[in-house]
Amino acid sequence: MNLAQLPVLEQAIFVLAALALLASFALLAQTRLTASIHSFAWQGAVVALLTALVATVGEIHHLYLSALLTLSLKSLLIPWMLHRLVRRLDMEREVETIAHPALVVLAGAGLVVFSYWVALPIERLELASTRNIVAVSLSVVLLGLWMMVARRQVVAQVLGFMSMENGLFLAAVASTRGMPLVVELGVAFDVLVAAVLFGVFFFHISESIESLDVDRLNRLTEDEGGS
Amino acid sequence: MSAASFTPLAVTVFTPLVGALLLAVIPTLGLAGWVNLGLTLLEFAAALLMAADVARHGGIIAHSFHIDAFNVYLVVLTAFVGLTTAIFSRPYMAEVCEQGRITRRRMQLYHSMFQGFQFTMLLALTTDNLGVLWVAVEGATLATVLLVSLYRTPESVEAAWKYFILCGVGIALALFGSVLVYFAAQQVLLDPEQGLSWSVLYSHARELDPAVMRIAFVFLLVGYGTKVGLVPMHFWLPDAHSEGPTPVSAVLSGLLLNVALYAVVRFKMLTDGALAGSASPDTAGHLMMAFGLVSFGIAVLSLQRQRDIKRMFSYSSIEHMGLMTFAFGMGGALATFAALLHMLVHSLTKSAIFVTVGHASHIAGTQSIEHIRGLIRTQPAVGWGLLLGVAAIAGFPPFGIFTSEFLVLSATMQSWPWLTLLLLAGLVIAFAGLFRNLHPMVYGAAPEGQVAVRANMVPVVIHLLMVLWLGLSIPLFLSRWLDEVTRLISGGGLL
Repeated sequence: MNLAQLPVLEQAIFVLAALALLASFALLAQTRLTASIHSFAWQGAVVALLTALVATVGEIHHLYLSALLTLSLKSLLIPWMLHRLVRRLDMEREVETIAHPALVVLAGAGLVVFSYWVALPIERLELASTRNIVAVSLSVVLLGLWMMVARRQVVAQVLGFMSMENGLFLAAVASTRGMPLVVELGVAFDVLVAAVLFGVFFFHISESIESLDVDRLNRLTEDEGGS
Repeated sequence: MSAASFTPLAVTVFTPLVGALLLAVIPTLGLAGWVNLGLTLLEFAAALLMAADVARHGGIIAHSFHIDAFNVYLVVLTAFVGLTTAIFSRPYMAEVCEQGRITRRRMQLYHSMFQGFQFTMLLALTTDNLGVLWVAVEGATLATVLLVSLYRTPESVEAAWKYFILCGVGIALALFGSVLVYFAAQQVLLDPEQGLSWSVLYSHARELDPAVMRIAFVFLLVGYGTKVGLVPMHFWLPDAHSEGPTPVSAVLSGLLLNVALYAVVRFKMLTDGALAGSASPDTAGHLMMAFGLVSFGIAVLSLQRQRDIKRMFSYSSIEHMGLMTFAFGMGGALATFAALLHMLVHSLTKSAIFVTVGHASHIAGTQSIEHIRGLIRTQPAVGWGLLLGVAAIAGFPPFGIFTSEFLVLSATMQSWPWLTLLLLAGLVIAFAGLFRNLHPMVYGAAPEGQVAVRANMVPVVIHLLMVLWLGLSIPLFLSRWLDEVTRLISGGGLL
C-alpha cells in the first residue's frame, strides 16, 4: 500500500508515531538525567498530539479526554515530579556512563527490526497501515524494556518503564482507536500511583544504599538468601 | 430458571474496597486487627452465598461482571484463604509491632493494603472486562509492593523494587497483548465497546483473526506469566516472599499466583477458539506446557541450594505453578481437572506452610535454615505443623496434593508418556531437597534458650485437615463443581 495516498491527517499520525520512536532512541542514549526527563516529556506530548489527531480523524470524542489526560500526566505531571525528585536528591548534574553506547543503540535498532518481523503475520490488506503502527508501538515498548536493562540508574529505569507505557498507549490509540474509557482511566490511575510509588522508593533506596545505582542492589542473591 | 442474585457478588467484591478505605483511618492497632478479621469473614460469607446461588441458578453476567463455575470457585478459595490469613495475621502482626520492627502508622498501611489486595484479586477474578482485569492485576502489584517493603529494611526495599520493576514490565507486556486482542475483536464485533468483554469475545472466538491472537497470546503468557512466577521471569518471587511479612507471603503464594494463572487460562480459552481452524490449533497449549515444564525443572533444582526457609518454599511455589501451567497447557479433561484440583490444594497447603514458617522464624529469631533447629522439642505444634505441611506439599499419599499430582501424571502418561519420567524425576528431587532441609529443623536438639512463642495454629490445622480430606475423598459436590469447570475449559467432562 502506498502511504502517500492516505489523507494528510493520517499521514501526520504516522509521522508522529515515528517521532515517538525517535524520542525513545533519544531516551536510550541520553546520559544526563535532566535531558532524559525532557526527552520523556516530549514523547508524552507527541503521543498526546497523536491521540488528538486520531480523535479528529475518527471523530471519537472520548479520545480528546484521553489526549488531555496523557498530556497532563505524561508530559507535565510525571516529568515535573521526577524533576523535583532529582533536584531534591541533588543529582541534577549526574552523568551516567553507559558501558557500550554504540552497541546499546545498535541493539535498539535491532529491536525495531524484530518488532516489524513480529508484526509481519498481520497481513489482512485493510490492516496494512495498522501493521506499521503495531510495529512502531511494539518498538517503543521494547526500547523502554531495553532501556531498563541497559541502564543502571534508577531514574533512567523508571523513565524506561514509563516510556513502555507510552508505547502501549500508542498501540491502543493508533491501532484500535482507543480502548473503552473505563479501561483508559484505570490504566492512567495505575500509572499515576506507580509514579508516586517510584518517588517514594527513590528515597528509600538512596537512604539504604546511599546511591541510586541498581548495581548496588545486590543483597538478595541466591546463595546467601537474605540475611 | 431465575437468575442468580447480584447482591452477594457486589458484597464480596466491594467489601474489601470499603475495608481498605476504612482501615486507612483506624489508628488503634487492636481494633484494626479485629475489623480486618470481621471484613474478611463477611467477604467469605458473601462468597459462599454467591457460590450456592450460582450452583443453583447458573452463572451471572451483569454490570460487566462475569461469574461462572471457574471463577466462583477461585473467589471462594480467595475469600477463605484471606479469612484464615487474617486470623493468623492479627496476633502475629501485633507481636511484630511489639518487637518494634514496624511503626503504628505502617500498621495502618498494612491493614489497609491487605484489604486493598483482596479487593484487586476479587475484582480480577470476577470482572468480565479484560481491560479491568489488567487494571486489577496491576493494582494487586502496587498493593503488594507496599506490603513487601513494609519493614523498610534495605533488603525489603530491594525486594520490593525488583518486584515492582519486573512485574511492572511483565504486566506492561500483558497490556500490549490485551490491546492486540481488542484489535482482533474490532475486526469482528460491531460494537467496539464490547471488544474487551470476555463473554462476548468467547462467543465469537472462532471468528477472531488467528495470526493476531497468536501474537497476542505470546505477550499475554509472558506478561501474566511473570506474575505466575514462570521461569525466566521468576526472579522477583523468592525475594518478595522472603522479605515481606509472613501473612503477605501466605497470600502471595496461595492466591496471587492463582489469579495470574486464571488470567492466562481465560486467554487460552479465547486463543484456542481462534486457532481451532488454523494449521496449528494447539500453539497456546504447547507454549504453556513448555513454560510450565521449564519452570518446574528450574525451580526443583534451585530449591536445593536455598538457605533461607521462605525462599525455599517460594521455589516450591514456582515448582507447583509450573506443574499447573503444564497441566492446563496439556488440555484435555483429565489434565484440566487435575490442574484445578492442584490449584485448590496447593493454595491451602502453601498458605498453611507459610503461616507455620512465620512462627518457626519467630521461635528461632531468623529465617536462615541453618539456625532453625529442634522445633518439635521447643514447640511441638509448630514442629509437627511444619513436618505435616511439607509432607503434604511434597506429595505424600494421604494428602490432596498426592491425588492431584497423580492425576497430572496419569494425564501426561496418556498424551505425552515420555514427559512423565521428567515429571517424576522432578518430584523426587524436590522431595529430597525439602526433606534434607526439613529434618534438622524439626528434629534434633533445640539450641539453648530457645523458647516457645504465642502461636495460633488454627488456620494451619483447618487447611491441613481440608487437604487431608481432599486426599482421602473428594466430596461429591466439589467433584461435580470441578467437573463443570473442566467442561467449561476443555470442552469435555470426566464424570
